[in-house]
Amino acid sequence: MRSPFLLSPDEPKAGGLPAGQHHYLKIRNLSVVFDGFVAVDKVNLDVSQGDLRFLIGPNGAGKTTVIDAITGLVPASGSVNHTGTEILGRKVHQIARLGVGRTFQTASVFENLSVLQNLDIAAGSGRRALELLRRRRKTEPAVEEAMELVGLGHLAEKQAGVLSHGQKQWLEIGMLLVQNSDLLLLDEPIAGMSQDERIETGQLLRKIGASRITLVIEHDMDFVREFATSVTVLAAGKVLSEGSVAEVQADRRVQEVYLGSAKEGGE
Amino acid sequence: MELLIGQMFAGLSLGSVLLLAALGLSLTFGQMGVINMAHGEFMMAGAYTAFVVQRSVSDAGISLLVSIPVGFLVGGLMGLVLEAVHLRRMYHRPMDTLLVTFGVALILQQVARDVFGAPSVDVRAPAWLQGNVELLGSPIPLTRLFILILSLLCLAALAFLLRGTSLGRRIRAVVLNRDLAESSGISTRRTDQLTFFIGSGLAGIAGVAVTLIGSTSPYLGTNYIVDAFLVVVAGGVGQIKGAVIAAFSLGVLQSALEFSTTASIGKVLILVLIVVFLQLRPQGIFSLKTRSLA
Repeated sequence: MRSPFLLSPDEPKAGGLPAGQHHYLKIRNLSVVFDGFVAVDKVNLDVSQGDLRFLIGPNGAGKTTVIDAITGLVPASGSVNHTGTEILGRKVHQIARLGVGRTFQTASVFENLSVLQNLDIAAGSGRRALELLRRRRKTEPAVEEAMELVGLGHLAEKQAGVLSHGQKQWLEIGMLLVQNSDLLLLDEPIAGMSQDERIETGQLLRKIGASRITLVIEHDMDFVREFATSVTVLAAGKVLSEGSVAEVQADRRVQEVYLGSAKEGGE
Repeated sequence: MELLIGQMFAGLSLGSVLLLAALGLSLTFGQMGVINMAHGEFMMAGAYTAFVVQRSVSDAGISLLVSIPVGFLVGGLMGLVLEAVHLRRMYHRPMDTLLVTFGVALILQQVARDVFGAPSVDVRAPAWLQGNVELLGSPIPLTRLFILILSLLCLAALAFLLRGTSLGRRIRAVVLNRDLAESSGISTRRTDQLTFFIGSGLAGIAGVAVTLIGSTSPYLGTNYIVDAFLVVVAGGVGQIKGAVIAAFSLGVLQSALEFSTTASIGKVLILVLIVVFLQLRPQGIFSLKTRSLA
């Protein structure tokens, strides 16, 4: 099942798509301060469409806070530019409607609604008031397609609350797809998944990442090595290093924050 | 047999009034977690709406039919104002909403007394609602039958809204997970406003309905607010089917108890029953996770 709407025939690669493609995320001097504690400290970050960027770093590095700041859930200073539009300072739902989609660390779906209803909510966020009162029997093709793509087609009428952890994560990704998000922010999408589920998720990311701007927070280095096209390392709220997986792993400062000592580092 | 049917109907009729009063609350209290003590005053506003409409439209039948949508709008708009001015600042503070809305209720009662006077007023029932129909030998007042049908229609409309439309799905989504709803592009502000509008509007309709069975005074709301909350809590917060069962069983029980004892003993017994029931089942008949009230 493929279509121009959801999938591009390409694979994601470092640096993103060739010139001529214009979608990008450009973060400048992003800072988040909680009661005097600087959680994110003047972060600069560029991600292009088609790049599968992973954001890694030790616990408390501020990875999730960066995503919270981009989506408007925590107040931040600096600039977040999504393909020419400044999104910092807007309301959460407005940012979402500008094509910024995120998943949460703990699988967050509407537990008491069915898989189909979850997707339908995401698909219809921009609907006008009167349209909301109409009963809609037909499933939109995009919803149908996203459901197949994330492998939940056979579970359409199931309550989301009874899905397995992995399936909930996929449903979340499916919701981003029907929301028409071109900037995907995924917070630990494979946490708690089995090995098979991880591989499936990675392949899904590859498929959808080729035509989107993707930023994935992940701890599992095997997964990062397998699927990342580029990596940004965050430590203590600052960008420590950036590059390919190999480059980042060779960086002494990265080895230091992960292992506490440069001497033992490296593979 | 006639007695039994008469009693059953009296109970169902009382239940339908309770249900009308409680339906709106099950949205604003049940779905949104706002304790709105002014809900009864929105009913009172609906009742005075019926009175005002009847003064300008002399035909009682037409005025009743016009009053229902107008009452809905009046209640709903009052709810919108209350939401915009006060409640949106205190969604995470249920106790504060209780105090604020109680104050608003007192203000509204005083306003009604200043505008319409302290003595109660009457709204004439239309000719086609005067008299009784016979059901298996026992007389059933048409006004009560009308209220029963009206409450079932409101129930059906609300159930359709919540289950069948995207708006309902959106309301439920906001209740289940605010952050996720926002991140999915839903404006929770607007959803809150719409939910509160509909819930308060239902109070307005309830107010129009009760003018058929009693006179209208500035204190009309205080007669219903406690019972309405009892229905919502006993039914299970946020559960409309629970509210339906609770409303009709309370109605039937209350009228049976009042018939076999006296009005005040009956009321006491009902309250005791509810206290015991909630001791055994604090979550009510059905339960659901909501935003601020477990």
